[in-house]
Amino acid sequence: MAGWPILSIIAFLPTVAAIAILLLRGDQEQVGKVATRIALVATLVDFAFSLLLWANFDPASADFQFVESSNWLGGGITYKMGVDGISVLFVVLTAFLMPLCILSSSHIHNRVREYMIAFLALETLMLGVFTSLDLVVFYVFFEGGLIPMFLIIGVWGGPRRVYATFKFFLYTLLGSVLMLLAIMAMYWQTGTSDIAALLDGQHMLPPAMQTWLFFAFLASFAVKLPMWPVHTWLPDAHVEAPTAGSVILAGVLLKMGGYGFLRFSLPMFPVASERFAPLMFTLSLIAIVYTSLVALAQEDMKKLIAYSSVAHMGLVTLGSFTFSHEGIDGAIFQMLSHGIVSGALFLCVGVVYDRMHTREISAYGGLVNRMPMYAAAFMVFTLANIGLPGTSGFIGEFLTLLAAFRLNTWLAIVGATGLILSAAYALWLYRRIIFGALEKPSLEHMKDLNPREIAVLASLVAATIFFGVYPRPVFTVTQASVAHLVELHEAGVAAARVGAPQ
Amino acid sequence: MNLSADAAIVLPELIVAAGGMALMLIGVFLGDHSQKLLSYLAVALFIGVAALIDALPGGVAFNGAFRADGFAAFIKLLVLLGAAIVLIMSQNYLEREKMSRFEFPVLVVFSVLGMMLMASAGDFITLYLGMELQSLALYVLAAFNRDNLRSTEAGLKYFVLGALSSGMMLYGISLIYGFAGTTGFAKVAMIVQSGSITTGVVFGLVFLISGLAFKVAAVPFHMWTPDVYEGAPTPITAFFSSSPKIAAMALFVRAMAEALPSALDQWRQIVIFIAILSMALGSVAAIGQNNIKRLMAYSSIANMGYVLVGLATGTPDGVQGVLVYLAIYLVTNIGIFACILAMRRGEAMVENIPDLAGLAQSQPGYAFIFAMLMFSLAGIPPLAGFFAKFYVFLAAVKAGLYPLAVIAVVISVVGAYYYLRIVKVIYFDPPAPEFEHRMGPTLSTIILVSGLFTLFFVLGAAPLAGAAGAAAAALFP
Repeated sequence: MAGWPILSIIAFLPTVAAIAILLLRGDQEQVGKVATRIALVATLVDFAFSLLLWANFDPASADFQFVESSNWLGGGITYKMGVDGISVLFVVLTAFLMPLCILSSSHIHNRVREYMIAFLALETLMLGVFTSLDLVVFYVFFEGGLIPMFLIIGVWGGPRRVYATFKFFLYTLLGSVLMLLAIMAMYWQTGTSDIAALLDGQHMLPPAMQTWLFFAFLASFAVKLPMWPVHTWLPDAHVEAPTAGSVILAGVLLKMGGYGFLRFSLPMFPVASERFAPLMFTLSLIAIVYTSLVALAQEDMKKLIAYSSVAHMGLVTLGSFTFSHEGIDGAIFQMLSHGIVSGALFLCVGVVYDRMHTREISAYGGLVNRMPMYAAAFMVFTLANIGLPGTSGFIGEFLTLLAAFRLNTWLAIVGATGLILSAAYALWLYRRIIFGALEKPSLEHMKDLNPREIAVLASLVAATIFFGVYPRPVFTVTQASVAHLVELHEAGVAAARVGAPQ
Repeated sequence: MNLSADAAIVLPELIVAAGGMALMLIGVFLGDHSQKLLSYLAVALFIGVAALIDALPGGVAFNGAFRADGFAAFIKLLVLLGAAIVLIMSQNYLEREKMSRFEFPVLVVFSVLGMMLMASAGDFITLYLGMELQSLALYVLAAFNRDNLRSTEAGLKYFVLGALSSGMMLYGISLIYGFAGTTGFAKVAMIVQSGSITTGVVFGLVFLISGLAFKVAAVPFHMWTPDVYEGAPTPITAFFSSSPKIAAMALFVRAMAEALPSALDQWRQIVIFIAILSMALGSVAAIGQNNIKRLMAYSSIANMGYVLVGLATGTPDGVQGVLVYLAIYLVTNIGIFACILAMRRGEAMVENIPDLAGLAQSQPGYAFIFAMLMFSLAGIPPLAGFFAKFYVFLAAVKAGLYPLAVIAVVISVVGAYYYLRIVKVIYFDPPAPEFEHRMGPTLSTIILVSGLFTLFFVLGAAPLAGAAGAAAAALFP
């Protein structure tokens, strides 16, 4: 593999496919079919490459691997790519979800070509976020993703799509631009925008500056994650987005916020992170409890899952800011698991939405009678969402709460109520949709999953259960990097303590 | 310095001047139907002069009154490029709107001559003469559709307000002259530096900046812009928003950086003030616009605000940011105006934003580029417009102007809203009646090239930034 720019290949293969689709000629329907096929093949090949990446990844090293770099803007700003134990699995997650998104988009009939192009462009930009090793490159990918997502929600979304997509775009943009200024300030302060160099412990930022930078990055990541109280764009965006858009939004885009905390805030601003950890805990706990309660009151399936996402992301920040190995491992695992599970739940909603064209919970009931396979798949994801042992959801929540418990009992107690509440809303949702007698005449002719849907949901069920039973492959990869991250953070805090006169 | 050495340095300007007069003679001789020929001759002239500027070593002529340095060369190339493209893309429009008169290319050539002088000004007299030459040609161009009420109104408005601003600037120059005893930039800089900065110089500075702010259409001297942009024929609006803006901004930068570098603290306050006002007003007022040309007028006001952020730093990095911004702005802006020129239904041009509804369905390629240009103006990466803002903000952060940078980026989010509104109309709304499909090969080529530039600038940002950096260094010996 040496000599191959594998990360660039993975990141830009979808773009190449998008350009190929752009050049297609012919009548609308034919072009749409060919475009879907090209997109599917491209994303599958990309997934294969990402597995290759995972297989060749050296878990013993905490360094960045597969590093490539070439000149770009000059002045030390280079095009640099690389992955470590924290980012490599997000690459795999993204590449895993994309083919499923393409497969589950068969209900899109208008402007299929543009749809596929938007998704492929989005994949490139998402993969770039997780692989870039330069602050400016990172920012370009991070914010560039807004364009395709804006179009995906706005063109193929529901009735209030325009409102939702504007809200999504402007909220996220406002957060990001402040981060851009922070990136610039860091660049002038340290003379480099190379993430690997900034992480080597040689470029300590002054504590006072760290505070400002921390909040500027927080503005961006908190919106993206999203954290309470800047989460309000998420339910709107989720409800209006097409199914595949929701999957990507929940599965990957939200993870960028959590990834950002781990990549930047914790190691680069250790003093500020330490200082404002109580604030982060407070916001996380509010998110966990409050949005879980809000989820209970939802009438719309997608909105319910969206609020549950906010609650689950609260656990991610809770774990990250414990600054412990377990907490960060838990946060990463929680993100990966949530990427699979919430993506799967949105796909489940999509399955019935395609048939009934409504997301109102009250329009359903007793589906188990007509759709046993669907009911089974939905059951697995519901339980994983609750965090039942044996599903992937359990591992992340357990580790996070373990870390929280070591720090402060109350933190863990309040955090754990989120689990109870999640059981309440998730099981109640399941009961209202799947169980009971099939009373509504409109549901009489519901068909069970078709082979395409079976393929999609089965792969997600497999992933959910596999990682729930055997999470080791994930932790092997993350171990060295997380240990290094914790070390860096502690060294940064210690250095500031020595430096500051007591 | 003897005359022939000086003449060698001003050779490009001499050629443009002679070329302009020759074109006028040919035009008078051949009549209006020679407009097309004259335009292409002018384009050839511009290309030749651009090549010449690139080849000449440059230097200082007429005792410092004229400076052909790297900065001037960079600006002149942009100005020539902008003017040449505008001439090419006007052809179809002029013919169809029955405005094909030979004065058009001639006026453009003379205004370009004025702009080239502005870019090279090393003396307040050169500055003023260049600016007047450029402005007088532009006043006539604004009213070029002489049988149209809106166009003549635009010309008159532009003229009256322009004359007022020229007067103010001249007053400012006379004050500076009165206190410094000289009009040469370098000498003024020396005198202002040696003594303390007197109230008189500050007064002169304020009037000078007022006049310059008028020319770049910065708030609070922006009132003419929306009316003139809306009233003038579209290709001429495209011209107004590109080359003259660039030349005026170059003049602004040069006057501040070369003549008054030691008064940085004095003029920085004013520049920051008008930068913030321009960004804010441009972004907020554009939201309510229905006419796309008017919207572009407010957009250009906001864009000049961002350019002024670069100037406010008063550093080579800031000027580099200004130059990168202007170059990207030129290409994006011309692309957008080419798109606007393609908005034609039957025999009439349409200019209202709702007319663009559903363009993505009827003409996907055209719509895609239109939308990307809008995203670019909104400053979203990886498009070119992001890098324009990037370099300006980078310089502002380096100079420690944090509050200004924060205000600027927050306003850019407000600005993003109205650019997105156009994308929304193009992509999300149900289709309106289609535009005429044949936009002609020139227009579609221009749209395509500017679209490709916008999309792929990310790959080749370094050379432009490097060239801008070298050009900026010329101002800071």
